[in-house]
Amino acid sequence: MKEIRWHGRGGQGAKTVSQILAQINIREGKHVQAFPEYGPERSGAPVRAYNRISDEEILVHSGVYEPDIVVVIDETLLDSESPTEGLKPDGVLIVNTRCSAEEIRSRTNFPGKIIAIDADRIAKEAGTGFPNVPMLGAVVAVLGTDYALAEAELREALGERLSEEVLEKNLKAFRAGYEAAKEVAVGRA
Amino acid sequence: MRKAITGHKAVAEAMRQIEPDVVAVYPITPQSEIAEYYAEYVHNGLVRTELVPVESEHSALSACVGAAAAGGRVMTATSSQGLALMVEVLYIAAGLRLPIVMALANRSLSAPINIHCDHSDAYLARDSGAVQIFAENAQEAYDYTIMAQRIAEDMRVRLPVIVNLDGFTLTHTVQPVDLLEDEVVKKFVGEFKPYSPLLDVDHPVTWGPFAMPDYYFELKRAQQAGMEAAPGVFLSVQREFSQISGRRYLGFFEAYRLEDAEYALVVLGSTAGTAKVAVDELRARGMKVGLLKPWLWRPFPAKEVGEALAHVKAVAVLDRAFSFGTMGALFADVASALYPLEKRPILANYIYGLGGRDTTVPELVHVFEELPKIKKTEWALRYIGLRE
Repeated sequence: MKEIRWHGRGGQGAKTVSQILAQINIREGKHVQAFPEYGPERSGAPVRAYNRISDEEILVHSGVYEPDIVVVIDETLLDSESPTEGLKPDGVLIVNTRCSAEEIRSRTNFPGKIIAIDADRIAKEAGTGFPNVPMLGAVVAVLGTDYALAEAELREALGERLSEEVLEKNLKAFRAGYEAAKEVAVGRA
Repeated sequence: MRKAITGHKAVAEAMRQIEPDVVAVYPITPQSEIAEYYAEYVHNGLVRTELVPVESEHSALSACVGAAAAGGRVMTATSSQGLALMVEVLYIAAGLRLPIVMALANRSLSAPINIHCDHSDAYLARDSGAVQIFAENAQEAYDYTIMAQRIAEDMRVRLPVIVNLDGFTLTHTVQPVDLLEDEVVKKFVGEFKPYSPLLDVDHPVTWGPFAMPDYYFELKRAQQAGMEAAPGVFLSVQREFSQISGRRYLGFFEAYRLEDAEYALVVLGSTAGTAKVAVDELRARGMKVGLLKPWLWRPFPAKEVGEALAHVKAVAVLDRAFSFGTMGALFADVASALYPLEKRPILANYIYGLGGRDTTVPELVHVFEELPKIKKTEWALRYIGLRE
């Protein structure tokens, strides 16, 4: 079983992409859970969301304390939220940042694999403005999910709520995040 | 078809497939997303249900009572304080023998204001006369929402049925749910047969009359007969549903690795899933442990629970709400069930998970490890995950 913890701020879409990831994993035939941590819901407040992915039925309904993958959608949370807490030493830390992975390592002291992605730039270039979708692309790359399958599910999930034009921009951002994660992984596998 | 959806969405999908005549809901907090989804279905023309948005939860259930007495198939959903406000009318729905099906997203009651999961809302409605079913996951919540319709509407039962699903843990968690085809569900629940409906003006009847000391008692006794008929109906509906779904629902509870267990845990709802992981861990270490997860809580299947636990050395009963001033309600049920037996297991009562406090596998493993050390049943509460 793989456990993922997402760190974002209210309004950045951490919950949304965690749910889309669950839909992608279901399409792969996996068992899944995706759940957010609820507190007072305010735009800009730190939020966490979680995924569990398994080949077996998932029975456990408690929180996630020792994730395999941590995704930081908002870099400012690196200082305020201790996002590497509980992250398995051989796990993966994915951060939306303009810094290098080595800079992130020195800031977090995390010994495992670090993927530094400028998801804000990717989102800006794609014309969406939201870093969550490129970060989803990065997670899909790290999980080794079939790209075409993931893209098909994203198209279906976002197609329900977005116009064709905005959808295509999101798919572009998704692909860029996916490609970047494949290229920039630093540290232990 | 397998979908990745939340517990709320799973229940809303079941309701869409059942397509009741009337759904009355109070559309703001502490209502659930179930009402939001359903309103969308109505708006998009997916169902012909009359959706009645009312000004309070008290009115929501009152509208349901009126619609059901008028001759409609009626459903609603609520949570926490909403159920608290409904309770007065819930007793009336049960007393009038109205087969209203209600999803209850289990959340704590104020004060303090909390919104997270526990079972204090379900416990509040314990003696209301509603049949109460608990789901472990979104799949069960979906399945039991469909089954509840048949149980409620059976002429031997004719009572409101509450389908409990843990707030947030199930309602807001995306998980796999296998949905049945719409036609399969429609055929399973069948056409609604109204009983002496108010709208049948050629045959005028009185609903909700006075009953003084000369008749009240007999009418309440008849209501109890409806409850007593519910277990038999529950089993036959389960059997039929297992056939159409391919999923296995056999019995009032799920007995997990219980047959040869020396120590057992009894728990309602989603924590039963977490407890299964604890059972597997301890079994792998050679400890004979098992789990009893009641699906049907009201009426309580005392005889069967007693038989299933009779061979166990000690049982931990977990309650996710206080019954202030006495032991937990589920503990009292299990203790009563075991009392007629000549040889009884030792019992311990644990209160856990109030206000959304997380309950983890290691904590449940610890409960199992504590059980062999408990030498007799005591009138004392124990706690899981509490800072003292």
